[in-house]
Amino acid sequence: MDFIAQLPVLPVVLPFVAAPLCLLLPAGRAPWVWATLVAWATFALSLILLEQVWINGTISYAMGGWSAPMGIAYRIDLTNGMVLALISFVAAVVFPYAGPSVRDEIAHKQTPAFYTALLLCFAGLIGVTITGDAFNVFVFLEISSLSTYVLVAMGAGRDRRALTAAFNYLVMGTIGATFFVIGLGLLYMATGTLNMIDLHERLVGQDNRVVKAAFAFIVTGLGLKLAMLPLHLWLPPAYSYAPSSITAFLAATATKVAVYIMLRFLYTVFGFDFPFLSVALDFFLILGVAGMFVASLAAMFQDDIKMMLAYSSVAQIGYMLLGISLGTVDGVAAGLLHLVNHAFMKAALFMAVGCVVLRLGSHQLSAFQGLAKRMPWTAWGMVIAAMSLAGIPGTAGFISKFALLQASFDKGGLTPTIAGFLIVLSSLLAVVYLMRVVRVMLQPLPESGPFTKPVVRPPLLMRVSLWVMVLANIYFGLQGGGLIALTRRAASILMGVDAGGAM
Amino acid sequence: MMDHLILRVMIKLFFAPILLFALYVQFHGDYGPGGGFQAGVIFASAFILFALGFGLRTTQKAVPPSVLPYFMVTGLLLYAGTGVVTLFLGGNFLDYYVLAPNSHHNAGQHMGIFLVELGVGMAVFSSMLTIFYYFAGREPEISDEDW
Repeated sequence: MDFIAQLPVLPVVLPFVAAPLCLLLPAGRAPWVWATLVAWATFALSLILLEQVWINGTISYAMGGWSAPMGIAYRIDLTNGMVLALISFVAAVVFPYAGPSVRDEIAHKQTPAFYTALLLCFAGLIGVTITGDAFNVFVFLEISSLSTYVLVAMGAGRDRRALTAAFNYLVMGTIGATFFVIGLGLLYMATGTLNMIDLHERLVGQDNRVVKAAFAFIVTGLGLKLAMLPLHLWLPPAYSYAPSSITAFLAATATKVAVYIMLRFLYTVFGFDFPFLSVALDFFLILGVAGMFVASLAAMFQDDIKMMLAYSSVAQIGYMLLGISLGTVDGVAAGLLHLVNHAFMKAALFMAVGCVVLRLGSHQLSAFQGLAKRMPWTAWGMVIAAMSLAGIPGTAGFISKFALLQASFDKGGLTPTIAGFLIVLSSLLAVVYLMRVVRVMLQPLPESGPFTKPVVRPPLLMRVSLWVMVLANIYFGLQGGGLIALTRRAASILMGVDAGGAM
Repeated sequence: MMDHLILRVMIKLFFAPILLFALYVQFHGDYGPGGGFQAGVIFASAFILFALGFGLRTTQKAVPPSVLPYFMVTGLLLYAGTGVVTLFLGGNFLDYYVLAPNSHHNAGQHMGIFLVELGVGMAVFSSMLTIFYYFAGREPEISDEDW
């Protein structure tokens, strides 16, 4: 076996083979250790893969020896190489964290099934990212979504509302997937191919109703999956009632992968020549800005911290859409940058909330009172991640919001400039809702109420994992140069500006 | 004992032919319409029919729910395992040619698709039956305390 030649397929195959084996492990610690090891190995593989792509340019891999466009091709360029590394990094940090938290939240005998679903979800997300075949995207999207519904529903042990949340998510997610596959069907009808590059070549110059309908179906379907503003209603309950570790994992990966796929379809499959693209981009601008404000305002009035952070996720997706909608290399690069940084900050925030849930059994605002005294590591980790989310200089959030600002002002024209000012304004909203939590955490311990008892510190493993994420926020806030260069090159390859991308 | 006599006799009569047909769809799927997915569903439908006539408990005695996960896992591993074997034989993932590289009549392709479809069939059969068991074995009423 030639390791480097087979490298593109290994990050998918490894968790995919590991998942069924996980089901056979005895309940308890074993499935967790197994899943963690798999996540680490996958992270190592994706890093090697990213390095290969950085050095040698785009890598293609023919499934089953059938070359594209006949067979399924995996195609890794910098954009999905980066998203791949991001997902597996989040998994490598969140899976170890999951152990103590899951022991508390999931019934003992369900642990093998839980980690099997988690590994399947992970494999699905990686598959969506890595593949260069449009229908394969659908298949992997469903693998990850179906296991996500199961994982969200497993929060029912702690809160029965997880069941309705999972069901809502299932209905909305399935509608999204159906729209997506209808769009693919129409594209297949118009072109007779499903390979992304081949699709692009055959779509050039086509401007008919079938293709337009396909475009509309695909954008709407993916919009549901990535929780674009009016289609976001499934997200807050699903994130609030899912088990803590699942929320941390999903918030940092699932919507990010959907954003990536949206980018891939907009710029690789349809491309700039597609006359309908500008319509979608205009809508993204409006919906993105609306999302930034509506969801931030909604977040301000939540007493449930997980719900608040979930609404904030919807708002942050607005920022990414805004970046994409600019239609410039800078804009897309800023969107990608925010995608990566938001994964770091949201994972850290939800992991901190998970520590609180583990020890205090609640994610209501009142449980956070005096947290800085009670659980200092968790509380200060959360403060730093919140600063990053608000975009305070020195954190990752500042870098990406600044990049977004710069991209909107550079684009020129009235609308992008206004959008730039709106970014600043909505960041202030984020400061408002985050300050609420920070203020409560810095207050003295409550003297009455359900949260007066002293608590044990959260397990070391959870604090370490949390702080790895927090430090990632600081690191990319201070040393963001490498990541900025990576996203810039990824965006220019994605948009076909860089010759190295060779569309 | 004499309840639904005609139905039960007919189910007994049909049971074996349904299984046989499922196997036909499974193994002829390489050449004609069919394949693992359809075969798995047909195979499971025989047991579901049996359960409709003879009750859930009798069926679960014949195919206990606890063995079904092993079928699922084996099925999935047959599929993925074929791919991993081709990887180690030096081909791409699921490149069946390397299973029998010197064959003139593509024996590798036949073997590969045979194994993969067998895996699909097993996984689909056991999933179908598991879903049926869960639906059929559900408590009819949910007490107020459960909510």
